[in-house]
Amino acid sequence: MMEPIRIFEATVAALLLTSGALSLIAALGLLRLPDFFQRMHAPALASTLGTWCVALASIVNFSVGATIDLRGTVVIILLAVTAPITTTLLARATVFRQRSSAFIDQEQRSWDEHGAGLHNGQQGEKA
Amino acid sequence: MTSVLSLVISATLVCFCLAIALATLRLLRGPSAQDRIQALDFIYVNGMLIVLVLGIRYASGMYFEAALLMALFGFVSSTALAKFLFRGEVIE
Repeated sequence: MMEPIRIFEATVAALLLTSGALSLIAALGLLRLPDFFQRMHAPALASTLGTWCVALASIVNFSVGATIDLRGTVVIILLAVTAPITTTLLARATVFRQRSSAFIDQEQRSWDEHGAGLHNGQQGEKA
Repeated sequence: MTSVLSLVISATLVCFCLAIALATLRLLRGPSAQDRIQALDFIYVNGMLIVLVLGIRYASGMYFEAALLMALFGFVSSTALAKFLFRGEVIE
């Protein structure tokens, strides 16, 4: 009678430790990686596998006996739906911002090289 | 609850708090606005995980609702900030 409870608690403990380690690795990646698009990979570790581990731990912890408590799956489903939307929007916003700032830099450089009058003529040629 | 599980829960909470501290460093230091938004989203996810672990610690099902609300508000705020980076306004 004592044995299954021990196994449940060991499972919960292992899942929680895994989730904590994953979250810590994700934070280190967020802090240490050099580029924004590389840093974008790191938090996905916490929001997918880390959340899976904690939700599974709470499911195992709360469903003792014959009843299974499946409320943890709601969190998993919600994060699985929302996390890719946030990541995609952020990536697109970043690409948009980098492109527009590069365009502004190029305009500024050609303005500095050729001066105001020539610049207007160049604009007409380009268009 | 055995003392081993209690110890493991404490260690997990320490890990999450450390992760939030590192993300706060990125939030304060981030060179561009999107870095800060990314760090804020990560902090939201970690806070939600802390609430879930506290639900295990105090053996209460009420923490699920709080975790769901945190996930939802984190999504809404990150999406609104990303839209703001696009246009300069949230709702067009």
